[in-house]
Parts: sequence; C-alpha cells; structure tokens
Amino acid sequence: MNTKLKKKKQKKNLIAYIMIAPTMIGLVILNIIPFFETIRMSFYKSGSFGKWTFCGIDNYIKMFSSSGFWRSTWNTTYFVILTVPIGVFISLVLAVFLNAKIKGRTIFRAIYFLPMVVAPTAVAMVWKWMYNSEYGIINNFLRSIGISNTINWITNSKTALLACAIVAIWSAIGYDAILLLSGIQSISKSYYEAAKIDGASGIKQFFHITIPMVSPTLFFVIIMRAMTSLKMFDIIYMMIEERNPAIRSTETILMLFYKESFVNNNQGYGSAIVIWAFLIIGVVTLVQFIGQKKWVNYET
Amino acid sequence: MDKKANYKRYINAKVLIYLVLGLGSILMIFPFIWMLITSVKTIAETTRIPPTFWPDDIKNTAAYRSVTNSLPFFKLYLNTILMIIFRIICALVFSSTAAYALAKLNFRGKTLFFTIIITQLMLPSQIFIIPQFKMISQMGMTNTVFAMVFPGIVSAFGTFFLRQAYMGIPDDIMEAARIDGCNEFQIFYKITMPLTKTAMSALAVFTALIAYSDLMWPLIVNTNLNKLTLSAGLSTLRGQYVTNYPVLMAGSVLAMLPMIVLYLIFQKQFVEGIALTGTKA
Repeated sequence: MNTKLKKKKQKKNLIAYIMIAPTMIGLVILNIIPFFETIRMSFYKSGSFGKWTFCGIDNYIKMFSSSGFWRSTWNTTYFVILTVPIGVFISLVLAVFLNAKIKGRTIFRAIYFLPMVVAPTAVAMVWKWMYNSEYGIINNFLRSIGISNTINWITNSKTALLACAIVAIWSAIGYDAILLLSGIQSISKSYYEAAKIDGASGIKQFFHITIPMVSPTLFFVIIMRAMTSLKMFDIIYMMIEERNPAIRSTETILMLFYKESFVNNNQGYGSAIVIWAFLIIGVVTLVQFIGQKKWVNYET
Repeated sequence: MDKKANYKRYINAKVLIYLVLGLGSILMIFPFIWMLITSVKTIAETTRIPPTFWPDDIKNTAAYRSVTNSLPFFKLYLNTILMIIFRIICALVFSSTAAYALAKLNFRGKTLFFTIIITQLMLPSQIFIIPQFKMISQMGMTNTVFAMVFPGIVSAFGTFFLRQAYMGIPDDIMEAARIDGCNEFQIFYKITMPLTKTAMSALAVFTALIAYSDLMWPLIVNTNLNKLTLSAGLSTLRGQYVTNYPVLMAGSVLAMLPMIVLYLIFQKQFVEGIALTGTKA
C-alpha cells in the first residue's frame, strides 16, 4: 500500500516535471543564462570578428565618466517625473468619471483605450507630424488663437522631452484608467452611502474613500508606469532622430543602450549600460515598495 | 426643496462628466482622424499657407501607392501575423501546462521554479537582448519569423498569470474526475484547462499587443525589409520620407489597420482581457 502510494506520487511528480519542462528549459536558455552572460560581457570588450577580450571594469569606468551617459540617465529620470505623477493622476480621475452611471460608458472606455492597440511607431509618427513647427496642426491652432511665436516642439531641447512625455501620457492613460476602474468597481458602495449621509462632497469622497480604497491598484499602476517610463525607447526613438538637435536632451538610457550595442556594435559597453538600467529600475521599485507602507491600504 | 436641489446637482454633475469625457475623447481620437486626413492629401496641401483642414480630394491614394511601393506591406502583414500567432500558441500551451503543475501538483523544486518565474518578471527584458541576439545569429536565424518569436517562446508572465486562474479551480472537481477514471493529463486537458478560457483569451490579447508593438527586438534581429514586422517596417520610413507626411501617415494607417479592425470586433475581450491581466498579476 505504502509503496503503491509512493509510486503514484512519483508518477505525479514525473507528470509535473514534464509539464514544466518547456517553460523551465526556455527560461534557462532565454533568460537565466543570458542574464549572467550580460553581466559577464559587461567586463569584456567586443572587438572585430567576434573577438572578446577581458577588460575588467573598463566599461564601467568609461560609462561613469561619459557625459552622454549621465545625460541619458537624467533624461530618463526627468521623463519619469514628467509622465508618472501626471499620467497616473489623469488616469485616476478618468477612472472615476468612467465609473459614473452614464450612457455610453463602454464607448468612452473603448475610445480612451484606443492608443493601446496602435503600434507606438504609428502613434509617434502622427504626433511628430502634429508637432511640426511650420505646418503642424498644433502650432497652426496656436496661431489661430493668437499665439504667433513658433514653438519648435521636438527640435528645441527645452520642449522636446516634454513633447514626448505628452505622447507617452496620451498613450497610456486609457490603459491605466481601465486598471484603476476595475479597482474602483470593487469598492463597496456602502462607504459612499455612509459618506453621503455624513454630507461629504464628491471631492471629499474621492480623497477619503476612493484613493485609500483603490490604493493597492494605484500602487500597482504607479510601479508599472514607472518601470515602463524608465524603459522608454520606442516613442522617443521614433520622434527624435539622430540629426535632431534635441537628441542630447531626449536620449534615454535604453536608447543609448540600443545605439551602443547595435549601431556602434559595442556590446560589452552596451551590457554595462543595460545593467545600469536594471539597477535603476530595481532601486526605484524597491524604494516604492518601502514607501508603500505609508500610504497603501490593504485592509478591505 | 432639498430633493430638488439634490436633483439639480446630480444633473450638473452628469453634464460635467459628459463634457470632460467628451472633450477627452476628442483629444484621444483626433490624432487618428488627422492621420487619415493627411494620408489623402498631397505634400503641397500639407505645406499650404494658410493651412487647410479638409483634403482637396478625399479619393487621392497617391500616398498609399508610394508607401506600398517602398514597403512590402503584404509581407509585413504576413510576418506580423505569423509572429503573433506563434507567440500566442507558445504562450498558451507552455504556460498552461507549467501553470497547472504549479497550482495543482506537488513536485520537488516547485519553490525554486516559482522564484525563477517571479525573478524573470522583475527583470527588464532588455537585459537578455544581447545574448539572445548572439544566439540567433549563431544559429544563422536572423531575418526569420523564428527570430521574432524566439524571446517569446516561453512566458514567465503567462505562467504566473494562468497559475492564478488554476488556483481558483476547486480541487473537488479534479477529485471527481479522478474517481471517474481520468488520468492526470486528462484532468488537466479535459477538465481544468477549459475552465481557464477567460484567462487564456486575456493572455492571448496581451501577448498579441506586446508582440505587435515591440520595436527594438525586430529591429535588431531583422535587417531585411521583407522580414520585418509592421512596427519595425514602419520605423524605416522615418529616414526615407523625412517631410513627406502624407506618405508617413498612409504607412501608419496601413500599419495600425489590422489591430484596429480586430479591436473593433473584439472590443470587449480586449478591454476586459487587459484589465484582467493587469489586476490579477
């Protein structure tokens, strides 16, 4: 009896291993080995014809003493500051509005979600056209309401990153709002009823009921949005070309990584850059997890 | 009296909500409309002063003809569709089995396996890119559909996400099937997997959207124009037609068309699927 049970258990065990095998093997080949490989490569210099020579921490020294590298780190940080707080706030307000009992809610929801199903390359293209300083519709509109000085949205180093941030916010609010909406919908109605009896206004309800009750979802959205912004590549890559004078003030860490690794073919240096990106993302996420204790409310 | 004031406030709030949502909707849709309008204009029209809003000739397809001449759109569609289909199949099949094992079976190394999955989820995918690229080029597989599917063959996210779905299935159902004489594999395949349909379709939508919008990987592994995805193919136009906006917009319209059509048909699945992948993860 005992051996039979044991045998059955072993058989189950075997089935489990067969079932996880593809994912396990895949993760080892595609992720675990590459992760360590990237760390290793960051200590190597890639020469011509695939020759790699060990160079100690040279890549890191080069990186930390490069002004372009620090600029890209700052640009990325600034981009996060520009996109995350404003974007998440707009999404939250939007989610509250989408939660209201009105007709056409699904249509509104679908409209705000639309940029999510369009490739960022196409999104970047049309915004670049709208931002065009001479013929773009935004400047044309501003001229028609009397603001006649031409704004070089994406070629002026002062406005270029902001212009890209607007596109990123515009692309993401629908997605974030839908996540927040499902969080809001799970808040018990009784809280609002009690608040109404106490005479709390809509705005008070928003700050004292909605935000605390939706805070776990809000925290998740902020974490994800910060990560996505730290990894920004596609929109800015599409909108700001190498020739653009504003490239210096818009190049993000991952754009630098892409350029060094696959345009300049300097993959050892590229590995060092991507490890830096990984460290920053790790630290920012960690800080948020520590900070969440102060404001995220897990009691329901 | 108080009731009347309340009612008035209620109506005002509703008007405000419609107004804000309506204005916001215009901001969300306008870029796409502008894309369409520009795509049927001529260069001369787009640089006209004073500017004109509506196109002179709405049936002007010159820009579409130029863009289909410089980009093999048929192939781009095909590559994108194949990449998405393969990625969805891989994500669904491999993640389902692994998720079932994680949620319902006991085996040695389970915690380790789960830790690996969580760790992979935390790491930015770009950290794997250079070694992945080296593998593809060593295999001589650059410029293939396989290269584009490669990083998505297994999905840590999919495994994690489906695990939640399997955990929600009560053990009683499986026990009953076992008594009825189902073997472990049949229990998985016939009994529990159909119950995760919602989660699987959410994962499919999620996988498709991520694959479709990805730009860096296809740009790295594919240099042949005939082998690119829609996103990457579109990005090559930017150097070619720097100021020819009608052509750039026509290209953008063609690149976003398939997903928009799918979205219009499966709007509910898209939105709810994404909400599910976001909140359950």
